[in-house]
Amino acid sequence: MAKIPESWNVPTPEGLTKEVDHGPLSLGLEKGWMRTPVEIKPGMHCYAALPKRSVALDMPYPRDWSAMDEDWKLPRNWREIVLEGFKDRLDRFRTFKLFMDICVRCGACADKCHYFIGSGDPKNMPVLRAELLRSVYRKHFTTAGKLLGPIAGARDLTLDVLKEWWYYLYQCSECRRCSVFCPYGIDTAEITIIGRELTNLLGLNIDWIAAPIDFCYRTGNHMGIQPHAYVDMIDFFVDEIENYTGVRVEPSFNRKGAEILFITPSGDVFGDPGTYTAMGYLVLFHELGLDVTWSTYASEGGNFGLFTSNEVMKRLNSKMYAEAKRLGVKWILGGECGHMWRVVNQYMGTMNLDIAEGSKMEEPVSPITGTKFENAKSTKMVHITEFTADLIRHNKLKLDPSRNDHLKVTFHDSCNPSRGMGLFEEPRYVIKNVCNHFYDMPASCIREQTYCCGGGSGLNAGEDMELRMRGGLPRANAVKYVHEKNGVNMLACICAIDRAVLPNLMEYFVPECDVTGIHEMVANAMILEGEKEKTVNLRGEPLPGREESE
Amino acid sequence: MNAIASLILSGGAISMLVAIPFLAVWALPYVYGIHLEWLFGIVIPYVAVIIFFVGIVYRVVQWAKCPVPFRIPSTCAQQKSLPWIKYGYAEKLDNPISTAGVVGRMILEVLCFRSLFRNTRMEFGTDIKYKSAKWLWLAAIVFHYSFLIVLIRHLRFFTEPMPFFVPIIEKVDGFFQFFLPVVYQSGPLLGAALTFLLLRRLLDPKMRYISLPADYFPLFLILTIAGTGILMRYVLKADVVSIKELTMGLVSFRPVIPEGISVLFYIHLFLVSVLFAYFPFSKLMHMAGVFLSPTRNLSNNTRIVRHINPWNPTVKLHTYEAYEDDFREKMIGAGLPVEKQAASPADKE
Repeated sequence: MAKIPESWNVPTPEGLTKEVDHGPLSLGLEKGWMRTPVEIKPGMHCYAALPKRSVALDMPYPRDWSAMDEDWKLPRNWREIVLEGFKDRLDRFRTFKLFMDICVRCGACADKCHYFIGSGDPKNMPVLRAELLRSVYRKHFTTAGKLLGPIAGARDLTLDVLKEWWYYLYQCSECRRCSVFCPYGIDTAEITIIGRELTNLLGLNIDWIAAPIDFCYRTGNHMGIQPHAYVDMIDFFVDEIENYTGVRVEPSFNRKGAEILFITPSGDVFGDPGTYTAMGYLVLFHELGLDVTWSTYASEGGNFGLFTSNEVMKRLNSKMYAEAKRLGVKWILGGECGHMWRVVNQYMGTMNLDIAEGSKMEEPVSPITGTKFENAKSTKMVHITEFTADLIRHNKLKLDPSRNDHLKVTFHDSCNPSRGMGLFEEPRYVIKNVCNHFYDMPASCIREQTYCCGGGSGLNAGEDMELRMRGGLPRANAVKYVHEKNGVNMLACICAIDRAVLPNLMEYFVPECDVTGIHEMVANAMILEGEKEKTVNLRGEPLPGREESE
Repeated sequence: MNAIASLILSGGAISMLVAIPFLAVWALPYVYGIHLEWLFGIVIPYVAVIIFFVGIVYRVVQWAKCPVPFRIPSTCAQQKSLPWIKYGYAEKLDNPISTAGVVGRMILEVLCFRSLFRNTRMEFGTDIKYKSAKWLWLAAIVFHYSFLIVLIRHLRFFTEPMPFFVPIIEKVDGFFQFFLPVVYQSGPLLGAALTFLLLRRLLDPKMRYISLPADYFPLFLILTIAGTGILMRYVLKADVVSIKELTMGLVSFRPVIPEGISVLFYIHLFLVSVLFAYFPFSKLMHMAGVFLSPTRNLSNNTRIVRHINPWNPTVKLHTYEAYEDDFREKMIGAGLPVEKQAASPADKE
């Protein structure tokens, strides 16, 4: 068993699981949840946004504050601000209004939330997370609630209630698993998204979201990588690829007249094991001779604006179309990322398609196979696994899957491409063609019922490790199952947050299992024109059975 | 509010609601010689029905007036993408791309409770296991369909001649032909399903914790309505002819209060009136709301057709030009193409 870093401040996996109790309340004599005040625990929340993060985006009420403090230094009229914001959103989002009204508390969602499963905290049941807001809605916006108060399930918006909102809104990863099981399709992510918009009216964002959106607005990506550094990073990959394969790839940046603009989360350029996935993209594009350019301005596929407010999401997303238009590309190819694809699939066209007016963009066609991507006719953006699956289907890649024979692979469906898109077969098709050993996890943990990695929606910080391990427990449990049953040693995913979060989760629960992006495995299986004899993979690790003979 | 308080409140409310017509119709004539049958047999039912319809229409209009800025269906199956990737009937229904698919999805959701059918139960130990848990789905289906059949059977009291399907439904409902009068299965089934739903709320600690008085009250109310109905039909044998005279009077807008109707009927009718009047203000509005739920009634076609947000906000953007201004020299240094060349030292002065 690997040693868990002390800085994580978490009990052992056994200890962590043991203290979880999902039904600790007996006899019905307990205090009701409305009268149980929130206890803000360290390790279960993220640090508050630093004031400097709000400058570029003009976010309101920047200040130094901490969730652990008694005084959150709120503006004096915070209550009016929240209630006005609440009312405004009830009038603008049918989802919000409807979801405030129609829940029957059937409890089908209760044990579907990974944070509830891993923590046992009843307020992490999706129904109660929503009731935290509904109770205030009833008190301030319904007649019965105004007249009957707690009898009608209504309660006033007090400082304690606001703190409780904040704590639990930032303990939801907006994964939408509960919405799959809800008989009325009530989507807790929607309630959390709007609840977080309300917290942002008071300057109550967390730094792990506030910093990326600030960086992204100014430098084009969440990591805050400036253009020259971005190019440097990719150049480093180019050298590494040459080292390992003998092939020198030649990516281009901000190049006008390219056919395709490629956009991927900056996490892939910055952090392992995402970097190997980025190298995989480079190898693939080179081998195909694809007329593609990267952009340093639109150097972020992800969008932490989704976790802040719809306005910030729109401001950050606009760069994709603006850059596609400026460079005169025909369409956009998108890398492996989770929430990026929820934004691209369900929000981007609605928010920003008018920016693309007058551009050279057209319905995407694969220049290699001639396939028309009819399902991206309007947004003109194609997912890289759609693109690669099509290539493989048309035999356009020379593949030797035995190069991945040391891997026994399972696939983690990322929440957003699963429940906000339905991207299930494309990645599996690609994996099965580049690996000989693939084992799916049980049906209750994959596809539309997939579990969060534990750190989605901006919660992948370092200070909330306990929250992440608790939230990741159901996913880790399923990986452990296929590890023990099939010897799985590699967890593949198509999400940059997954690639940042799952390695820690595996280290904690299933240390024998590593994490990879799909295009890392694709590139490793590809037989490249002019390659030297392969002895190592893109990580520089020797390939079993092909070690250099000295 | 904990479970005990919620139970006491809802139970107390129901007792009062039973006591009101009982005292008013049964005791008042004895004690004071006042007759209030017209109030409970005519006025209150009319008012309740008006509240029911006006209330529901009002609530639905309020929801419908609210825009749907984003198209956010929960996609519960493979998307339609490359032509060779399977997109069959199951996918069309759980991840629809066309109007027909959406209609199909809604029919399954409304008539078959499709989402609830997915329900699983988690078992937490050293490993987490998931078991299929269809009991909630079954109880919900039995409850709703029994209730529907009971409602249709009641058309007997409000139509003359009866629509053709009422006797058919009665025939099917009394299929087993036992007891006299023949027992309609929908009655006991309704009671059994409601009892299951109530026990589930009380015995599962999670359910007990999330339940509000507003969850117990409708359960008690419908149970009491069903109970009084069953009593009238099988035990105390209400005067059906007089009751039909009253109900036909109501629907023909020539209300009458016939002699000889028992107080039990007035209790039953009053509770039904309460249910009707309570409906638009309660969680029971899920009946109408499910049709408007944006995660279910929209198709997953946002990459094919642009969805319009009526209030799409105008926002401040960080343009490429501003970005290049911020980083121009570094970009040139890294060999990146730029739109404007760096200012020469002379220009900088």
